[in-house]
Amino acid sequence: MSFRMPIVRCGLTALALASAVKVLAEDTAALRLIPAGTYEPLLRSSQDPARIPVAAFLLDERPVTNADFLAFVTANPKWRRSLVSRLFADTSYLQHWSADLEPGPAAPLRAPVVQVSWFAARAYARWAGKRLPTTAEWELAAAAGYDRPDGRNDAALKRDLYAWLARPVPAVFADATSLRPDFHGIRGLHGLVWEWVDDFNTAMVTGESRADTTLDRNLFCGAGSAGASDTTDYAAFMRAALRASLKADNTTTSLGFRCARDTAPLNAFP
Amino acid sequence: MNLEVREVVGHLADGVEYTFWTFGGTVPGSFIRIREGDVVEFHLNNHPSSKLPHNIDLHGVTGPGGGAASTFTAPGHSSQFTFQALNPGLFVYHCATAPVPMHIGNGMYGMILVEPKDGLPKVDKEYYVMQGEFYTTGKYGEEGMQSFDMAKAIDERPPYIVFNGAVGSLVGDKALGAKVGETVRIYFGVGGPNMTSSFHVIGEIFDKVYPEAGLSLANHNLQTTLVPAGGACVVEFKVDVPGTFVLVDHSLTRAFNKGALGMLKVTGAANRVIYSGKEIDAIYLGAQADAGSDSAKREAELKAKIAAEIKSNPAIAGLTKEMQIEKGKQVYMGLCFACHQPDGNGLPNIFPPLAKSDFLLADRDRAVRIVLKGLVGPLTVNGKKFDSAMPPQEAALTDQQVADVLTYIFNTWGNSGEAFTTDQVKAIRNQTH
Repeated sequence: MSFRMPIVRCGLTALALASAVKVLAEDTAALRLIPAGTYEPLLRSSQDPARIPVAAFLLDERPVTNADFLAFVTANPKWRRSLVSRLFADTSYLQHWSADLEPGPAAPLRAPVVQVSWFAARAYARWAGKRLPTTAEWELAAAAGYDRPDGRNDAALKRDLYAWLARPVPAVFADATSLRPDFHGIRGLHGLVWEWVDDFNTAMVTGESRADTTLDRNLFCGAGSAGASDTTDYAAFMRAALRASLKADNTTTSLGFRCARDTAPLNAFP
Repeated sequence: MNLEVREVVGHLADGVEYTFWTFGGTVPGSFIRIREGDVVEFHLNNHPSSKLPHNIDLHGVTGPGGGAASTFTAPGHSSQFTFQALNPGLFVYHCATAPVPMHIGNGMYGMILVEPKDGLPKVDKEYYVMQGEFYTTGKYGEEGMQSFDMAKAIDERPPYIVFNGAVGSLVGDKALGAKVGETVRIYFGVGGPNMTSSFHVIGEIFDKVYPEAGLSLANHNLQTTLVPAGGACVVEFKVDVPGTFVLVDHSLTRAFNKGALGMLKVTGAANRVIYSGKEIDAIYLGAQADAGSDSAKREAELKAKIAAEIKSNPAIAGLTKEMQIEKGKQVYMGLCFACHQPDGNGLPNIFPPLAKSDFLLADRDRAVRIVLKGLVGPLTVNGKKFDSAMPPQEAALTDQQVADVLTYIFNTWGNSGEAFTTDQVKAIRNQTH
């Protein structure tokens, strides 16, 4: 499928990029440039670096929609609800859809797709010529405010974020493009659905010597803040806890995803 | 056992909505009751509509995280672990998923009672009350959907501190109830996440308090008991009289301005001996009638005079009767005059006269006894019948004051008699009836 991959160079403007991506027939999300930066992990062990450099990358401007995912399962029957392997998706996979190829009233075409597993999200990304963002990339992008690259002091963003957290999961989601774009032109990183990241299961602590139970316990009670860089960022704790609670075959009613891509030139161009 | 985690929209106060994160759909969560030694297979089910993963730390569980490590559960999933209840007591449970203060602050707490092997003493009524605070973006009473305010939580400035998850959850139709003569037990806990509680029931004295909910040792006759955040207590009391008894956190701004207030309504027959209700509503003119302050001046003059006399003649060092009369007058004008009147004539048909009273002058010991112990019921004074009540003054007056006031009464308004001594008063005070 490499023929579908346009060349993307560093510094390409978002506008030019958006038109370039239109050649993709099925996956319709436009990519936006996230400039290089650093990510400060929320939780880390003493051996881990406090700051992780993140190279510039491209990120979907909105989460993957039901329409996008319908195209994916149409082209890839093994990812349809009735055919998917239980190894790769639990029994709640796409349960809110009316049928295998019919999202139906609970899953409007323009709304973000949810109840998809990490395996499915990853397969989608590969099919679309993209990949899932890493935790570092996702968090770097999500650190932006509405009108500034560093959203830590963006009161409007914080207000919207905590208002979203205070609302229960809706029966039917709003359009994936309905939210206000942030500084980079990305919509819905906060306030629509949770999103899978590629390394969700290693996001807590990168030290490989620590046992799973020790990893988990970093998130409990007072111990949850022992190795944390910013204990006042409750939303970041919630994302970390959610990722830690998941297995790769899990699906939930508020968990979707979006895709990313490297900015580096691709060698495999026909 | 099964416990379901649900994120539900409910009322925090009239017109104020909030998304509560709950164990079992309520705040506090389902009350779990087991017995010491029980082996419990525990299932934590996180409803598919939940936004977040949750877990449970039961303070009554011995093991890492109190079960938290074994119950970390994604939305739409279920976890199971098994524990044996080793220690009896009343224990708080709560969600321990980061950020913990937010999970608890949204209502994720409840209690598990591990009854001792032989059970708890039988009572007539048992109630389950938990205090917790809510950090809303809006101020207290601001209508509409409120969300969690992280800054207020970190600063520990909650607009709401409430019992059982809402302002007014235990008042009006939802008040606790009991009948006169019943024994009430309250399982009281504090979910927090941050505030402790000075738990108090206005108008009741806790007959028994199991401090910090250790069930092996009870304390008796307490007014207010301090309950830590993430802690509990068990209180028991017999309700003796009818009325409304108000449950509060006696850090009273919380009760008055933030919602920490509940009610226990007790019905049944009144007991006027234990509590009379309001007996008298009288006009009050200040601590002493004018005659009293004049008397105080006179006392000072007499003191100076005595000091001078003592200097010239040590024989009169003893207390003079005149001095006693003046001191007694002050007591009378501060206390007795309201009923018996400054002129000692009382009020016709209500309060008997002291001036030239045949009843009074006939028995000096009886006079002392009436001042100390009070007098209730019919009596005849100077041929007129009275049926009233004089309250006992033994707690209010010293022996010296009783002797002084009686000396005053027995030597004023045409009365005449010897001075009373403190020995005489003391002897009668010590009588058991």
